[in-house]
Amino acid sequence: MRRQDELTAAREAAAENAILEMRLASPALAAPWRAVARFARRKPLGAVGGLIVLALVVTALLAPVISPYDPRQIIREDHDRVPVYVAPGSAYPMGTDHVGRDIVSRVIHGARISLYVGLGAVVIGVTAWFVVGVVAAYAGRAVDLVVQRVVDAMMAVPGLIIVLAIMAVLGSSLNNVIIAIVIGMLAPVVRTVRSQVLSVKEQEYVVAARAIGARSARIIVRHIMPNCLAIYLILATYYLGFAIILEASLSFLGVGVPPDVPSWGGMLTAAAQGHITKAPWAGIFPGLAIFIVVLGFNLLGDALRDVLEPRLRGARPGLTR
Amino acid sequence: MGKYAIRRTLLFIPTLLVATILVFTLFWIVPGDPALAILAGGEGDTGSVSPEQLRQLRQSLGLDRPIYVQYASWLANVLHGDLGTSLWYKTPVWHQLKDRFLVTMELAVMAIVLAVCAAVPLGVTSAVKQDTGLDYLSRIFSSIGIALPTFWLGILIVYFLAYFFEWLPPLGYATVWDDPLLNLQQLILPALTLAFNDLAFTARVTRSSMLEVMREDYLRTARAKGLKELRVVGRHALKNALLPVLTVSGYQFARLLGGVIIVESIFVVPGMGTLLIDSIIHRDFIVLQAIVLLIAAVVLILNLMIDLTYGVLDPRVRYQ
Repeated sequence: MRRQDELTAAREAAAENAILEMRLASPALAAPWRAVARFARRKPLGAVGGLIVLALVVTALLAPVISPYDPRQIIREDHDRVPVYVAPGSAYPMGTDHVGRDIVSRVIHGARISLYVGLGAVVIGVTAWFVVGVVAAYAGRAVDLVVQRVVDAMMAVPGLIIVLAIMAVLGSSLNNVIIAIVIGMLAPVVRTVRSQVLSVKEQEYVVAARAIGARSARIIVRHIMPNCLAIYLILATYYLGFAIILEASLSFLGVGVPPDVPSWGGMLTAAAQGHITKAPWAGIFPGLAIFIVVLGFNLLGDALRDVLEPRLRGARPGLTR
Repeated sequence: MGKYAIRRTLLFIPTLLVATILVFTLFWIVPGDPALAILAGGEGDTGSVSPEQLRQLRQSLGLDRPIYVQYASWLANVLHGDLGTSLWYKTPVWHQLKDRFLVTMELAVMAIVLAVCAAVPLGVTSAVKQDTGLDYLSRIFSSIGIALPTFWLGILIVYFLAYFFEWLPPLGYATVWDDPLLNLQQLILPALTLAFNDLAFTARVTRSSMLEVMREDYLRTARAKGLKELRVVGRHALKNALLPVLTVSGYQFARLLGGVIIVESIFVVPGMGTLLIDSIIHRDFIVLQAIVLLIAAVVLILNLMIDLTYGVLDPRVRYQ
């Protein structure tokens, strides 16, 4: 058996070297920025999405440097006056909120919360469900059937409701939001991945790998997964935006992150309780931030899909909210 | 058709069963103890709970039995129509649920009807006028619709109506039978808010499905026969393009029911959503369980019906 594995590895290595040489000669690798420029020319909307995502990352990284106040600090002006619901102006560019905190600082720090939850949920969740989908589709038969039924059952309950139920059990905290999203929202990933694997499985290179005696684990890791990478990337981009909306929804409903954490969704709770007519800015800016960021991820996801997997055109893989 | 219907219906039963297992285990194999969580309340103050109290509550909830016995007795009760007794209100869950269930369903149906009525013409126009300004406009519109968080849209609608028209949706709730006009006034805004998001998505599906059908041979035949374009698009293309839209709408309905919770809490609609949030705050797991189960059942039955309709509309499905 070991001898066989070595033989397989040697054959594959020879083939891979040949491919690698071809790739190194290709312009995309020689100058990655040229590939990016080409992408931007072909998909201007996708480039806009990419820029929005980049802006989110930069804002999140630089949050403590660029925000004028501490996001949790209740501001004390002269004579100990607390600036509650001060309209946007030179002192507070986006105004202040219902307890006298600077909204612009909270929106800037909110980028960190959104990105943390989004990345956490996607890196853990999309990866885990991706592996489940690949293994189920590759194994077929009973495993596939059971996984399919479980995913069907999970998709029958609106994701938000499962997530809310999990939050009720776990209690509100940032990491619990990630756990809830991973369990409750990402099962549809299995479906998209499964259909991709089913077609990859029949490709000649997989049949060839099996013919030269590669084991299942090897075929999955070396041949099937790399060929589903594009799908993974597309799903990850969509679900990042999606996880951000979800965290905001949970925090808005008061079961997401604790209220002092500057989450965009949590900032809108007061606005929904009738304060919006008193201080529209407190309800507009955080919502605008969510909207722009999610739009950015969606535009980028659409463009990636068109470029990497044109067959998926039109259908957003497994988006259920 | 008979065979297909039977096969599809048989598939529905295990799925529903798996859903009940998921719903059940979700609440009872939690890290920690539901009884402890109930006694400690929302703040998680476990210090003031005595072991005696805990033992009694565990016994009265039946938590001291093995998990499969608990599941079996719960399932038996559910099958007899007994969803349990609320831990917080101490009344049968069904009493609280039945009116709210109808309110939520009314809201969801209103929203999906509004969404489909607007989305199909939008998607068709977009496909027929592919790559024109109109197409881009409708695609931008649907991109925006998908990215707009439902709760923010709800807040903005309330604000703009209050600001420009000094009109607020009436509080208090009346059923359609008591006061249809008031009922409409109360539900139209939440329904529109919900529909907007859904509309964007359905329009997208309609567009891509139409584009696919427009390339089919039978459309060329229809045109070659000299049929008017309106008839070609309306009769020959749309009829076939609507099938995927139907399937997607089934899953959309599940998504919509999630959105209902948020919208209900903004517009203070006394539906299942507000009860759900309430039961989360009070850690009323029995009510929570009942709501999740009820929604899962509704969605699964709806999907079953859609698949069966599909079998009638598209004979190819039956022979797969």
